[in-house]
Amino acid sequence: MKPLVLTLREQPDQRLDLSSLVPHRLAGQTATEINRLELQTTRRRVNVGDIFRVALGDPQNIRIENSCNRLDLIGQGMADGKILVEGDVGNQVGRLMTGGRLTIKGSAGSWTASGMMGGQIEITDTAGDWLGGPLAGEMAGMRGGVVVVRGNAGARAGDRMRRGTIIVEGNAGHHAGSRMLAGTVIVCRAAGSFPGYLMRRGTIVLGHGCDELSPTFLDCGVHDLVAFRLLAAFISDYSAEAAAVFRNSLRRFAGDMAALGKGEIFCAEGILRRRRGPRRLRS
Amino acid sequence: MRELIVKGVRIDDTFAEAFEMRATALTITADSARWARQAAVTTMGFGTSVIGCGCEAGIDRELTPEETPDGRFGVRVLLFAVSRTELQQQLQNRVGQCVLTSPGSACYAGLHGEETLELGNAVRFFGDGWQISKRFGGRRYWRLPVMDGEFVCEATTGLAKQAVGGGNLLVMGASAGGTLAAAEAAVKAIDAVPDVIMPFPGGIARSGSKVGSKYKARASTNEAYCPTLRGAVNSALDEDVASVLEIVIDGLTREAVAAAMRAGIAAVVRLGPKRGAVRLGAGNYGGKLGPYHFHLKDLRP
Repeated sequence: MKPLVLTLREQPDQRLDLSSLVPHRLAGQTATEINRLELQTTRRRVNVGDIFRVALGDPQNIRIENSCNRLDLIGQGMADGKILVEGDVGNQVGRLMTGGRLTIKGSAGSWTASGMMGGQIEITDTAGDWLGGPLAGEMAGMRGGVVVVRGNAGARAGDRMRRGTIIVEGNAGHHAGSRMLAGTVIVCRAAGSFPGYLMRRGTIVLGHGCDELSPTFLDCGVHDLVAFRLLAAFISDYSAEAAAVFRNSLRRFAGDMAALGKGEIFCAEGILRRRRGPRRLRS
Repeated sequence: MRELIVKGVRIDDTFAEAFEMRATALTITADSARWARQAAVTTMGFGTSVIGCGCEAGIDRELTPEETPDGRFGVRVLLFAVSRTELQQQLQNRVGQCVLTSPGSACYAGLHGEETLELGNAVRFFGDGWQISKRFGGRRYWRLPVMDGEFVCEATTGLAKQAVGGGNLLVMGASAGGTLAAAEAAVKAIDAVPDVIMPFPGGIARSGSKVGSKYKARASTNEAYCPTLRGAVNSALDEDVASVLEIVIDGLTREAVAAAMRAGIAAVVRLGPKRGAVRLGAGNYGGKLGPYHFHLKDLRP
């Protein structure tokens, strides 16, 4: 069956809330009903039909074409099915998602996968700050599922993460894995300053070190652990590059001793990456 | 009782009477085949009979690196007990004392089912607060810091409630050597059958027992099958039988036990009466105690 295709006609003049366009909410809806769904975030009303050209198809397989970074909350609460987005997307993509597969062929904004509980998200380009993180006032960030960012991620990727796996194939910004409760963050390249800031438990893996490591992380030596093999076998389905980080022994840093101290950072090479140019916080 | 002769081997018209048991399976891996085997052998040690060992344990088969979760050499061990509680206790003791302690070992569920037993969840406390839980791919693992690195142990393993214990073959020969050769041939054939173990030493028991005793014991020697008592008791042995060995088979399913007995019978028949056994029988309690009856005539080659 053909996918349900939504093609953006033009750049919207306000940010739009696309949380209603998920498979389980579109199931059984007619073309008229879908066209009438409201997307506005201001007082000016915008319906799906105003801004998208809709080609009806299987609601379990949604394609959003010609997307732009003003489309927020794509795949929010998604429970099953597939959404493929061609182009950049806005903030909070895949927020509170529990299942299914969301693919963004472009860059994503902040709070991508925020509070995600299950399923899989793939971003082919970059992701903004607070990847998987909680919104203000929430206790936990990501709680399950797998997020793969093929490019770079912004600051505080995996903030307050509780469970699940985040893979960043490029670089991550400062404070990657900050305040982690548990879960796994893998950065194939390097992280910015202070990865694992105040993390309680959880695992951060850095392929090429970081700009600066907090002195509250303690060097526990170089190890080749069975757990690496299990993790590599699991993530090889999502990212060959991330699995390759585990080919060699890794140095373990235990921390953050300023918090509970049961977390860990694994690093493939020297923990501090070689910098080019002046030092600065990355974002 | 005897009526069937296949290639010179007499097959009794009788049946093996087997019981319902609770079972589980473990995948034990290590850095080398030698140490995976060592951990497995230690785990299944002193696990011949539920009468005195708490559980019956054995190696199902060896696993290639492609078949194990961590890509190392592995061994699949099966454990059988009379109740879930007993099985859980045995599992915890054996993994804690035999797998955890073995160099470079890791332990995973060897069986996946709706019902589970605690595996890593039971031994994680050895970590004394330093244990780390990792969950990915729908499975949860515990990492315990130990002196050679980390012991990785899956949180739970599956419980098989329909397992079958006590499938058996009585191999009777004209000489001790021939009987042992026939029993060894049967063990070798049964080794290739998946999901079954033969818990006794090398798969063979030489002291078949009956229920009860003139003393205060639960089981005692089965004098009807003791060749040295042939003239003194109501013996089940013919004049040409000088030695009897028993192969006890436990399986995760009824079908697995039947397949194992079939393979064992075929191997004994193939060896023939001159080099091996002259007669095959099976042990039962009259059919009133165990729900599973494996008739030899249905399993003959």
